[in-house]
Amino acid sequence: MWTWFFQLASPPHFYRMAASLVPWLLWPALLLILVGAWGGLVLAPADYQQGEGYRIIYVHVPSSYLSMMVYVTMAVAAGIGLIWRIKLAHAVAASCAPVGATFTAAALITGMLWGKPMWGTYWQWEPRLTSELILLFLYFGYMSLRSAFNDLNQSDRASAVLALAGVVNVPIIHFSVLWWAGLHQGPSISKIDAPSIAFAMLWPLLVMILGFTLFFLGILAMRVRGEVLEREFHSRWAQDVLRGVSRVEAA
Amino acid sequence: MSEFFAMGGYAKYVWSSFGVTAIVLILNLLAARRQLRQTRERLQLRLVRQSGRKVNT
Amino acid sequence: MNLGLGGLFWVVLQRDLMVAMRRWSDICNPVIFFVLVVALFPLALNPRAEFLRALAPGVLWIAALLAALLSLNQLFRADIEDGTMEQLLTLPYPLGLVILAKTLAHWLVTGLPVVVVAPMLAITYHLPADAIGILLLSLLIGTPTLSLLGSIGAALTAGLRQSGVLLALMVGPLMLPVLMLGARATDIALSGDDPTGPLYLLGALLALALSLAPPAAAMAIRISAD
Repeated sequence: MWTWFFQLASPPHFYRMAASLVPWLLWPALLLILVGAWGGLVLAPADYQQGEGYRIIYVHVPSSYLSMMVYVTMAVAAGIGLIWRIKLAHAVAASCAPVGATFTAAALITGMLWGKPMWGTYWQWEPRLTSELILLFLYFGYMSLRSAFNDLNQSDRASAVLALAGVVNVPIIHFSVLWWAGLHQGPSISKIDAPSIAFAMLWPLLVMILGFTLFFLGILAMRVRGEVLEREFHSRWAQDVLRGVSRVEAA
Repeated sequence: MSEFFAMGGYAKYVWSSFGVTAIVLILNLLAARRQLRQTRERLQLRLVRQSGRKVNT
Repeated sequence: MNLGLGGLFWVVLQRDLMVAMRRWSDICNPVIFFVLVVALFPLALNPRAEFLRALAPGVLWIAALLAALLSLNQLFRADIEDGTMEQLLTLPYPLGLVILAKTLAHWLVTGLPVVVVAPMLAITYHLPADAIGILLLSLLIGTPTLSLLGSIGAALTAGLRQSGVLLALMVGPLMLPVLMLGARATDIALSGDDPTGPLYLLGALLALALSLAPPAAAMAIRISAD
């Protein structure tokens, strides 16, 4: 099991393997997302309170789930890279940020589009949207710190410290936003939370979440290839790949 | 069929949400492909310059 | 010279305070900025007493946060530029302790003056006396947390040429819980309720920042100094 792990962590092996992995992640992701969208838009019954409007859940919840999952993935990868000095982990962390930021934006926009019919306004300072907005700022901070350095190694390690500081803060931000919103007694979000959700409504959501996760992994595999190549520029295998004379590239 | 697209009066919100999400997915895919291609081209250029310099000295 | 850990802490603290005393503008600027921001709101919005009173907790806390953000730039920059930091890096002491001493000195010089003038500004916002007390207390607990969080950001950007906006963009979101708790504690006191809950939470955040921020900033300084 460990030899497998170390093989995976070896950059040339990863570079080759990721390439073959991408279609195996993205095609099932597409299939799952289409099935989930079909189930959510067509098969699932209308909600007795929100009518057809609740169907936004099938894109809002997977996006907001990804926005948080990606941040945690980024911080864990950054931590591994910082502690064990693994370039591959830094490459993963660097690849996570732009993807996570776009899904955070998607979660914000779909949340606002859901808010308009449900609350009568696009924006409410309620905990879910507010946390998502702060998360977007965290992503922006991380990305602008990354781009501020010329040296890739320094950029990797500095941004890793920021990602770790951010991930410690995420639960603190979450709970203080909840506490803060509770004081203001804004519109209840329990409508959205739907504590007991019927199976016909639930399965498309789960399929969507799985599809989004696979999509993220596929995109990650693509991006990490580029990042690995950049970090391994001085190594023999990477230069062989760039010259087009590599067995690694052929696979 | 038109009833389906009307989404019980919520058409504007439901379809724009799905549209935005679809755009985000597609943009992610395109951006990832572009990033990989551009990184490779940039590094290839750097490699060519580097080996050129070695020949000169 | 043989120093204990406490001795090292004092030496660094005293040295930083003495350096700061030579540059008065570094001490004055954040406070002046704080006063300026607080003065902007009645001018831009509305100087009615009850309106300003409702605004006061938020405005004073936002101004304190902005003053803290703007003063961070200077935290490690001079030490990196004149080579002091390189000397500190080679010391056989935990770097986190040095960072903690420097952050404390920085807070004493930039944060404490803000806390001291805040009650006077609160009076211009017609805040009642007991709410001013809570404001003072929340700033006293909260602004050191802001400085500690800021020390991480300042350490990360210490080696960069331009870091002003970047630093604010990075550290600002991390500071939001402190802002929410501090402003809300004052607000609760203003409406006559018991603000001990958010004050305890502010204290918990300070304890957390005290234990986690200095080692993180130490790690960041080592990266920046490379």
